[in-house]
Amino acid sequence: MLKGKNIPLAITFIVGIIMIVSFFIPHRPFGDIEQISLRWYSIIAGFTMVLGVDSLLGLHFRKIKRKEENWIHSIFLIAGFVMVFIAGVWGTIQYGSAFDERSFFTYIYNYFIVPLQATMFSLLAFFVASASYRAFRARNRDAALLLITAVIVMLGRVPIGEVISPYLPKFTDWIMEVPQMAAKRGIGLGIALGSLGVAIRIILGIERSYLS
Amino acid sequence: MKKNLVLLLISLLFIMLNAFGQDRAAEPMLPDSNAITSETVYLGNILILSDIPNDGGGGIEIDWELNDSLNNYYITIVRREGRTKKIVASDLLASSKQVRDVNSDEDMSNVKDGTEYFYTAILSKYAVSQQILDYLVCDSIDLNTRTIADGYQVYLISDESGPVKAKASWFNPERLTVFVSAIIISFIFLLYLQFARNGKKLYIRKINGLDAVEEAVGRSTEMGKPIMYILGIGYVTDIPTIAGLTILGRVAKKVAEYKTKILVPSYDPVVMTTAQEVVKEAFTEAGRPDIYNKNDIMYITQDQFGYAAGVDGMMIREKPGAVFLQGLFFAESLILAETGHSIGAIQIAGTTETAQLPFFVAACDYTLIGEEMMAASVYLQKDPLMLGSIAAEDIMKVIIIIIIIIGFILGILGIGLHIEFFNKIFNLLIEIL
Repeated sequence: MLKGKNIPLAITFIVGIIMIVSFFIPHRPFGDIEQISLRWYSIIAGFTMVLGVDSLLGLHFRKIKRKEENWIHSIFLIAGFVMVFIAGVWGTIQYGSAFDERSFFTYIYNYFIVPLQATMFSLLAFFVASASYRAFRARNRDAALLLITAVIVMLGRVPIGEVISPYLPKFTDWIMEVPQMAAKRGIGLGIALGSLGVAIRIILGIERSYLS
Repeated sequence: MKKNLVLLLISLLFIMLNAFGQDRAAEPMLPDSNAITSETVYLGNILILSDIPNDGGGGIEIDWELNDSLNNYYITIVRREGRTKKIVASDLLASSKQVRDVNSDEDMSNVKDGTEYFYTAILSKYAVSQQILDYLVCDSIDLNTRTIADGYQVYLISDESGPVKAKASWFNPERLTVFVSAIIISFIFLLYLQFARNGKKLYIRKINGLDAVEEAVGRSTEMGKPIMYILGIGYVTDIPTIAGLTILGRVAKKVAEYKTKILVPSYDPVVMTTAQEVVKEAFTEAGRPDIYNKNDIMYITQDQFGYAAGVDGMMIREKPGAVFLQGLFFAESLILAETGHSIGAIQIAGTTETAQLPFFVAACDYTLIGEEMMAASVYLQKDPLMLGSIAAEDIMKVIIIIIIIIGFILGILGIGLHIEFFNKIFNLLIEIL
């Protein structure tokens, strides 16, 4: 009998099998199933965006109401949200699309969002430096090996490496193409089999922790 | 508070100055109308038409062969079915060499299987105006001329090619290898699941990162700090995100048992909703539904670096005792992991993105490498059936490693068997099956 958790398990099994079949049979109706499912997912995701916005605004309104620590940040967030929302609606009314090049919405994106994204991304350089400093400290044999390999690869990738020795770039290429690639493919193989394992466990209903 | 307000106002002023200091994008310049070309190149039959192989039908592939000197020209493709014409592609650079007449979300080509279609190419130095596009699809227009011109430029017209018909395939032979592999893998999986059902003892090796889950949750509880669980920037359709959600269920159960707090900042609303349900279920299973707070699993943004900034800010303010980074991560991985390290949190990371693994190894206390993340749910639950699936994965790995070693030895011996040898074995296997 189908009851309780058996219904979602049955749906998962049937949909999983249909998706596998559709991967091998391109003929209609199987071939279109993946695209149709993605469209359904997009529609559902569109509705859940409302839940996302509700969660975001609800959290910040509560912070303002209770005057929690740093509540002033929440005012800026809500003001920013309202401003961009109005710009999007206005752009759609004025130009037919909020993403029109002339719209204020696009202007906000190009001159507010993009520089802020670039700022966050540029932080990565400093974080790489601090993480490398810790990772490359030669505390034991493995760390020393990592340090030596990293120094060779770094030198082999810049012009000074060729000045030091013409063999350095070649050795760097060998490190990248042989030992590095072997390890990467080994990990890749494990990931592929692991993903397959997760998929089979979910389709067969052995893995149920995603069900509420 | 005053200091924060001043800092925020200065930041806002800086952004405003930056924003309004920029000029709006300049209007594109139209080409000089006097620069009309007068080529009388005879294009001939340049289009090669074929049905798109192994597809679900309704698709024609159009390739063209042109002199390299025409690479910077624009090509427009017109399809004819009886007297009905349709623009298939326009404003396409001739150097692209190929276009497919298929349905897309933006344009329904409506190619029908079994119907005869004819195609013509139109070359122009500049992009084609809408007026010309309307002219080209006009019923009364015969495209069997070499050139047409407007007051702007000359258009070179190819001979009409065709007919060509689209057809649907019932099986994609390009995926035969995957099909046979899937059957073998599924068989091994089912075999080991049966072994597990029969009570055969199966072994799973120790994974330090997962053993540390209890330690991390316990440490946070002792310190009176929350736990932060970051699912990365994947969607619920991504396997690493699904694996991250299954681990979240186990971690949340421990959190409920220790009566502490878990924060799950989310990148995607669907992931957020799923995470809310997973945590709620875990708290209920642990017998503590009363301490579940829906608002602790919140939506941040769907912007990659906006999400990184939001989570970093939350980490700095809340100072969690343990940070779990389990899911799909890209360039933001180190930004998150280094911030977590800077606040002294115990960090357990896991991802399938091989490019991000070194960052996690460098910045986190424990890292689940690829398959370990996939096995985490099994490891934390230790259900015999689930252990069976892990054993099957290991057997598959052994088989693949043996095949690689055989290929490696044959390659070194230079017997000349290499990949061809494996192809023959594979084809033989298919025949037997």
